[in-house]
Amino acid sequence: MIRVENIGKSLGGREVLKDVSAVFEPGKTNLIIGKSGSGKTVFLKCIVGLFEIDSGAIWYGDVLFNELNFHARKEIRKEMGMLFQGSALFDSMTVEENVRFPLDMFTTMNYEEKLERVNFCLKRVNITDSNRLLPSELSGGMKKRVAIARAIALKPRYLFCDEPNSGLDPKTSIVIDELIREITAELNMTTIVNTHDMNSVMENGEKIIFIEEGEKCWEGNKNQILQSDCKLLNEFVFANALAKQLKESAR
Amino acid sequence: MTFRFLSGFGAYWMLLGKVFSRPEKPVIYYRQTMKELVSLGLRSIGIVTIISFFMGAVITLQTAYNTENPIYPTYLIGLGARDSIILEFSSTIVALILAGKVGSNIASEIGTMRVTEQIDALELMGVNSASYIILPKVVATLIFNPFLTLISIITGIVGGWLVGTTAGVITSPEYIYGIQYAFIPYYITYSLIKTLFFAFIITTVSSYQGYIVEGGSLEVGRASTKAVVYSSVFILLVNVILTQLLLS
Repeated sequence: MIRVENIGKSLGGREVLKDVSAVFEPGKTNLIIGKSGSGKTVFLKCIVGLFEIDSGAIWYGDVLFNELNFHARKEIRKEMGMLFQGSALFDSMTVEENVRFPLDMFTTMNYEEKLERVNFCLKRVNITDSNRLLPSELSGGMKKRVAIARAIALKPRYLFCDEPNSGLDPKTSIVIDELIREITAELNMTTIVNTHDMNSVMENGEKIIFIEEGEKCWEGNKNQILQSDCKLLNEFVFANALAKQLKESAR
Repeated sequence: MTFRFLSGFGAYWMLLGKVFSRPEKPVIYYRQTMKELVSLGLRSIGIVTIISFFMGAVITLQTAYNTENPIYPTYLIGLGARDSIILEFSSTIVALILAGKVGSNIASEIGTMRVTEQIDALELMGVNSASYIILPKVVATLIFNPFLTLISIITGIVGGWLVGTTAGVITSPEYIYGIQYAFIPYYITYSLIKTLFFAFIITTVSSYQGYIVEGGSLEVGRASTKAVVYSSVFILLVNVILTQLLLS
């Protein structure tokens, strides 16, 4: 479980996060939604420690993460996997080397064991016969799947996804959403997904946090979102005519 | 302006502190260093050889045309070319050329890693990204650049001999006598010491410029330019200091 208590963060003199609190439970796909520039990526980067928070606390289980130094954080980082918006695969490495990288860095497994794990992870994300390809030779959807394979190589307890559907067609987006949901359940991970893709919200939203201008405005799940009276949330989620009709019919 | 310079200078030294911390897994760093030896070292031999050859030739011809006086013995052309090549050209000028080739390469590679979140991915895994990316480059250039300097010295002297004798400004025995006359072996040591400092400047300054990039491809391009400019300026500055310290 990850617990975030009253965190605040300013960047370049602007207050990007204001007193945000949330609890993210294991085995669930937790979504952070909000329009572009609302602060959700900063929120995610604060949770994983890529940005230092100005105030508040971030707990991983019983460990106060934000108080740990670089070396102490390493132990928790080994239990984290992250899917970045642009996949962030290492350009100079093949698919196999990318997925093997965390195993090379943090395990004492021999080459055969590592290869077996790499192939298992790649198979799990439906990538086969692509071990020798470079990231530049992959499509956007394949890159995301390889990035997921790399993220789960060390069997993490926490999975973070920053806009996993960005730049993907609707069908591939659904495949990635399903993959994230299935892997979360299989490994009983605490998964946090940043998104503004409404399909993801309706499919994966076991817990949803809506952020607007750095403040948490609403919290609930995909069923509650249809009934919500939060004006800002409704303006964001039901921005188009089809979504408005859906909300009306739900009422 | 002064504050920006000082804060940048401080950030540079803090980055070096991260770079020279204990490697997580030495065997991985060893493999990376081997890759960098090829990428930053072996792949620079071509340009260093070509430039050194022609610079050696030009230095010989210019020395010859500027000492066309009966009171100067002809072998001085070989001596002048030798000392120019060893003392200044093969260490400093080659370092400036490498600042352009290797420096821009390093800054754009690391800058691209920064803007595509590859550095964030390393940090998130718990890898010391500065050390993992930069340390192998520093070690590789410190190992290989002295060889590039030696290659440059040899090629420059050969270029001077070949073009000098072909152009008829000096005979082969005179040139060979000249390059052996009053030879001070310490000059080679001096040149190699300078090379080590310059290699360190090129890799660390360029890596720093790439590592701190924020934004997109435009900023990566700017970082590459800054890497070359700052490396060159620091090379020239350190050259003056080292010359005074090592030759006075």
